[in-house]
Amino acid sequence: MYIIVVGGGKVGYYLTKTLLVEGHEVLLIERDRHKVEVYGERLGSVVLAGDGAEAAVLSEAGAQRADVVIAVTGEDEDNLVVCQMSKAKFHVPRAIARVNNPKNEVLFQRLGIDVTVSQTEHILKLIEQKIPEKSFVHLLNLRHDELAIVEAHVSEGSPVAHKRVANVQFPVHCVIAAIIRGPDPVIALPNTEILPGDELIIVTHSNEEEDLRQMLMES
Amino acid sequence: MNVIAMGCGRVGARVSIILDQHGHHVTVVDTNPEAFRRLGEKFKGDTLIGTGIDEDVLRRAGIESAHVFIAVTNGDNRNIMAAQVARTVFEVEHVVVRIYDPVREDTYRRLGLRTVCPTTTISALIIDLINDVLPADEEL
Repeated sequence: MYIIVVGGGKVGYYLTKTLLVEGHEVLLIERDRHKVEVYGERLGSVVLAGDGAEAAVLSEAGAQRADVVIAVTGEDEDNLVVCQMSKAKFHVPRAIARVNNPKNEVLFQRLGIDVTVSQTEHILKLIEQKIPEKSFVHLLNLRHDELAIVEAHVSEGSPVAHKRVANVQFPVHCVIAAIIRGPDPVIALPNTEILPGDELIIVTHSNEEEDLRQMLMES
Repeated sequence: MNVIAMGCGRVGARVSIILDQHGHHVTVVDTNPEAFRRLGEKFKGDTLIGTGIDEDVLRRAGIESAHVFIAVTNGDNRNIMAAQVARTVFEVEHVVVRIYDPVREDTYRRLGLRTVCPTTTISALIIDLINDVLPADEEL
């Protein structure tokens, strides 16, 4: 995949590095020429100096053939415009925006951004997760298909504890993608037994998120 | 009519003063309180410190009863985002946004925003003013 990352802060830099390791073609666009030089020395020629909201820069970056544009600057207005320009002018199929102010998450989705990632929201949710009754955490919205990824903690009293995946009656449009058991992720096969302490990563239709939450809670 | 102007630079202040003189109720929003000095002492409208890309700030500025929203800060992206918040979230009837970058201006005009691009407007005016004193192409 060809991925354009806009914004060379810590998030943008490590994101670029990781995506490169995963074998993707990546270009990082950053305004600060000094950063561009430093990153260029570390990552090779995958860094472009310029303003990612400018069409000329996006065009130079080859946005017309990009599969994904990810805007991760520290300014929400810049991330919004980068994503909208990519879609409107270069027909990039997928635009992902980092949302710094959690209040903007819903707005961005209404304005056509495919996926929003809110770090603040994530940290808040991680904190909530440490509180026992918040054992069901919404991780990510996938706007296009109205899908959500949620993480559910399995307590000793949960109706699904000690059941095999195949024997659990999930709502129709829910699939367990993975089980985090201790430090290791486990792929959820039909005969995998769900244990107390597991974190279930579930892909669900947004409409059924509440049903899912209900069925996983202790009865 | 209730008007909200976001950005109290030369343009924001001037538009606000004129609309105020015409009897409209203008609320000017700017992150820098010093900027409100441009409005002068006769200005009867309100001022609010904050950024117009924040829905709560816009609510405090009275956007729910505003007829007109003008986005004229120095940042194109900020203006674009604020204008879309005004239009999409608060359904303000008349939203005008200044965008310096001609390409961005063109893109968002096509997406339905009412845009003003000083770069193209002023360039055209200047060319117009010097056109008659310049020899036509074929005489060069």
